[in-house]
Amino acid sequence: MSHSPMKAGLSRRQFVQAGGALLFAAECPITFANKANAVGGSAMMNSFVRIDPSNVITMLANHSEFGNGAYTVMTMMLAEELDVDYRAIQIEAAPTAPDYYSPLFREYLTAGSVTTGSTWLPMRTAGAKARAMLIEAAAQVWGVPQAELSTEAGEVHHSATGQRAPYGQLLESIHRLKIMPPDTVSLKDPSDFKVLGKPAKRHEGAAKVDGSAQFGIDLKLPGMLHGAIARPPVHGGRVVSFDATGALKMPGVVKVKAISAGVVVLAKSYWQAQKARGELAITWDRGDNDGVSSEQFYSEYRALAEQPGMLAEDIGDALGALSEAGRVIESVYEMPLLAHATLEPMNCIAQVSGDACTIWSGTQYQSNDQEVISRFLGIPQENVTVHRPLMGGSFGRRSSKKADFTVEAVEAAMGENVPVKIIWSREEDIRSGHYRPLFVHKMRGSLDASGMPDAWHQVAVGQSLMQGSKHDPAYMVRGIDIYSLDGCLQEPFGVFPYGTSYQIPHHRVESHNAPRIGIVPQEWRSVGHTHTGIAYECFLDELADAGEIDPLELRLRLTKDHARMNRVLRVLREKSQWDEPLTAGRGRGMAARIYSVSPVAQAVEVSVAENGDFTIDRVVCVLDCGFAVNPLGVEGQVEGGIAFGLGGAAFGNIDIVNGEVQQSNFHDYPVIRMSQMPKVEVHILPSDEPPTGVGEQATAPIAPAVANALFNATGQRVRRFPLSSQGFNLV
Amino acid sequence: MKLIVNGAEVDIASDGDTPLLWVLRDELDLVGTKYGCGMAQCGACTVHLAGQPIRSCITPVSAAAGKAVETIEGQAAGADLTAVQRAWLETDVAQCGYCQSGQIMVATALLKENPAPTDEQIDTAMAGNVCRCGTYPRIRKAVHLAAKLIATEAAV
Ligand code: FES
Ligand code: FES
Repeated sequence: MSHSPMKAGLSRRQFVQAGGALLFAAECPITFANKANAVGGSAMMNSFVRIDPSNVITMLANHSEFGNGAYTVMTMMLAEELDVDYRAIQIEAAPTAPDYYSPLFREYLTAGSVTTGSTWLPMRTAGAKARAMLIEAAAQVWGVPQAELSTEAGEVHHSATGQRAPYGQLLESIHRLKIMPPDTVSLKDPSDFKVLGKPAKRHEGAAKVDGSAQFGIDLKLPGMLHGAIARPPVHGGRVVSFDATGALKMPGVVKVKAISAGVVVLAKSYWQAQKARGELAITWDRGDNDGVSSEQFYSEYRALAEQPGMLAEDIGDALGALSEAGRVIESVYEMPLLAHATLEPMNCIAQVSGDACTIWSGTQYQSNDQEVISRFLGIPQENVTVHRPLMGGSFGRRSSKKADFTVEAVEAAMGENVPVKIIWSREEDIRSGHYRPLFVHKMRGSLDASGMPDAWHQVAVGQSLMQGSKHDPAYMVRGIDIYSLDGCLQEPFGVFPYGTSYQIPHHRVESHNAPRIGIVPQEWRSVGHTHTGIAYECFLDELADAGEIDPLELRLRLTKDHARMNRVLRVLREKSQWDEPLTAGRGRGMAARIYSVSPVAQAVEVSVAENGDFTIDRVVCVLDCGFAVNPLGVEGQVEGGIAFGLGGAAFGNIDIVNGEVQQSNFHDYPVIRMSQMPKVEVHILPSDEPPTGVGEQATAPIAPAVANALFNATGQRVRRFPLSSQGFNLV
Repeated sequence: MKLIVNGAEVDIASDGDTPLLWVLRDELDLVGTKYGCGMAQCGACTVHLAGQPIRSCITPVSAAAGKAVETIEGQAAGADLTAVQRAWLETDVAQCGYCQSGQIMVATALLKENPAPTDEQIDTAMAGNVCRCGTYPRIRKAVHLAAKLIATEAAV
């Protein structure tokens, strides 16, 4: 799951009320006063804040850090209200308990770029309430009115008498005086912000320049065994039998056994396990996917796209308008499977003892890990403990609903009395992963007399992310996965207030859930937009071209009733010098998307050589993310989001032939490298709206913007991705 | 077999064909050097061997016997970060941070060879280092800043 539920269109006041409800969920029943948690004199001020007598302040983080900047924005929010240095706040991953579930998802999940938005009020409130208790304690101890007290740099001050006390020194008084958290508290006015809205460097940045940052793959436990898994050559295949004679003779090898995922070699070190894996002789049942191919999916999906699908939206009379139109423009867009290829490959340490299980796992989704493991082992959910280290990227991969890389480590650890650590090689990551599903979109459109889009008919075909998951039916509307049509609908749909900011008079959108075949679809940074963005924005570009209207001008007209997107587009026109001509061989294209509720638009300039080699000379990105909590972090996420989407569009392709994934490592599944990275200009629009996350926003428009720029430069439309498969090579 | 790792001589028990990467990580607990691909495609495992940046994932430990190996852990002297590390922090380069040990090791080697690299020279030198988080613009900026820091510090 991935998106923030409906928030657009709420007034500021409604948001605060909605926030009040969130707060309730985020409010903590644990206070230091009613919980004997005051070990060593430290105090849990509420679920999120612990202060110890030496004035060390610890934040219990209920969102994962995988490069997204969650730890930075959350400490900033807390620090602002508690008047401490955000960099001095220690971070501890919060336990997997309902107190820490995301109020939006009601699960312990970091996804959908919701962290900033959904912690905005809870974390500030946690800081403000802790501060109120400290003030109350100081007022009572010093016998002065609370109004005369102020806080700064982790201390309470009374300026009239010059008295001051570090927070840690007040804990004893809070206990003795039985001071409880106030029911309500007022938060700082944005005009008083010292931290929020100012550029802030990454909280854990220092550990990321000296090698001390601990990722899951780095953890080592006493007695731990290392495991490498031989996986079936075809998704969904199974082990029939294996001969481990050779492997067992290899140095360091302790055991070889079959598990659901394949055959696991356990050894004293990872290299020994990996090397011995090469000595295994395994007979596989190749399963139902033996013989399938990406090309076969494309042709089946294309055929499905000709059939009526489930109707998501039918505004006006698109079919009628198209049948009467003098000219109908038709296109089919095809997008391949994509791997996430996080630089830290999947890994997990598991220990199973009796009816308890502990995992150490870089995960976006620990309540689900807990659930899946408890079901797998048949033990109570609370007997599963999750330790969450930092993650070397995730992009959706570590939010697996199947908890694939987690539960297999548990299975490998069953019957061993020691922790077992499984690391995926890059080859396993590319060949045996979960993928952005392959999608086909059939598009038809017509124009009115002025050349503007009049009718739009879209049929999307691909594997659903949510079908059959525990999020079905919340994220499925009448059987339609809301992500299959991410950003394509004009009216509210499921948790989405709307998808597109464009108003086209006749608008019909249908969807088919392609058969589920054991190749597991997975959210990939910006989710449905990764394919719907291409289909929608490239086809809109086709209509603009057919109607001889400038593509940006066309979008300005289509968004005249959507103030936020319209503003983004106007700024884009100016900042990108859109109306200035380019020299020959160069081209300019753009795309605009609403990610969740946040508008973003990008203009791209390309230079294309005769042989199709092209460079991206410039990307101008304008975004509205509400109040930008950390502009420095936003910029980084925009650059990163663009790099990620660009790599996928330029050469990302998991190609299945005869059941087997053809790619295996970065040489044949290339990702963006430094020389290919365009210059990115980021324009964050000032806003007083509540903040929304930006981890995925900038990924959404980049692929169609580049494809549209290539068309502008060459007159050639790309309708099958990646670009490299159509002769356009990003250099 | 002996190695000289970050200035200290250490005895190695691993077999000679074990990649230096896994000796550093599993035997010496120097886990700042990362695994990303295992076939010299990503640069995450970059260390310096006798002063040269190499991919430790494809370098058998036997090839490093008796030679000086420098890893990310050996860069700073206590709290005293190198100019490259300071530039990285100042520029707020890291996102997930997983690639950054390798990036810093390559940038450090580059600046020793070429104290004032152009953008193109930086791109070429760092072409072998993948950053999935896309921190490239800031890496480029940080390399320039590090070059400046080194030059100013040498001048005083
Ligand atoms: S792990 Fe050595 S280059 Fe990728
Ligand atoms: S910072 Fe995440 S891979 Fe580079």
